[in-house]
Amino acid sequence: MSDQAAASVHAEAHAEGHNPALLHHFAEPEQQRDAASLGMWVFLATELMFFGGMFCAYLIYRLKYFGDFAAASSTLNTALGATNTGVLICSSLTVVLAVWAAQTARRTLLITSLVLTIILGFGFLGIKGIEYRDKFVEHHVPGPSFSFDSEPIPGHPGQFANPNHAQIYFALYFIMTGLHAVHMIIGIGIFVWLLTLAWKRRLTPEYNTPVEIGGLYWHFVDIVWIYLFPLLYLIDKHK
Amino acid sequence: MSAHSTSSPLKTYVTIWAALLVGTYVTYRVAFLDLGPFNAAVALTIATIKATLVALFFMHVKGAGDKMIKVVVISALFFLMLLLVLSMADFGTRAWS
Repeated sequence: MSDQAAASVHAEAHAEGHNPALLHHFAEPEQQRDAASLGMWVFLATELMFFGGMFCAYLIYRLKYFGDFAAASSTLNTALGATNTGVLICSSLTVVLAVWAAQTARRTLLITSLVLTIILGFGFLGIKGIEYRDKFVEHHVPGPSFSFDSEPIPGHPGQFANPNHAQIYFALYFIMTGLHAVHMIIGIGIFVWLLTLAWKRRLTPEYNTPVEIGGLYWHFVDIVWIYLFPLLYLIDKHK
Repeated sequence: MSAHSTSSPLKTYVTIWAALLVGTYVTYRVAFLDLGPFNAAVALTIATIKATLVALFFMHVKGAGDKMIKVVVISALFFLMLLLVLSMADFGTRAWS
């Protein structure tokens, strides 16, 4: 067989099983998917260290100014915080349903799950916005107009929180929840893009990597909130 | 994960979702009980259980075909522990408070 004929046989064999989503530098779709997944996990590892630094700062100041942190934490709206935890957990369910729907070619479920995820994401941000608004109204936002006078320390009658220490709590509160909210906004953007892909029938059982790794990101952001909620909202509630 | 799509994972997903909601409710209620010095420990334990459930079942770390994913997860947690434990060891042994 001449080289030319061999090449054409090869081209035919390639064309026969060619998956349009398979990039040239990957041997098979599975390898391509694993590479994308692994890349996302490495990114999430860096994200873990990114948030970890803030959790570490929080931990040190909470141990140092325990009473002041408890007093500042008690001004948060625990019911809204708990509701938001529930909203995020529900969104994680819709995300995992979207991944499953894409893998099993269930178009209606896929689009419904993506839309629900986006709605729940906006719901979370809306509730967060209400909480932020309350903090602005109460002058609990760090800065020149910050005010935290005569706030009692839970469990210590007659003692009041040091406003400077409480301001550290609120600075950490706004940085941590704010960066989390930025991640939520990016996540909503990713899911809007996934929705357009799903709408154009670009997500199939053979190629659904975007939903899978977009889902990984969303679940990670959910996990961050799972820790933020008890750490920020539930300090010394029993006192 | 096309490799094990033969059995429907829906039941698992809904069970994990329910467990996460129950965990949130328990965290909320337990915060109002006086457990002495253990309130924070209990809250963080429940949070860690919830995070583990999300990672294992929603992020499919359990049953991940690619072992490298487990390596990345474990090393990420290891470095997070280094950050927190060494910082706490420093903070806890200083004579400045």
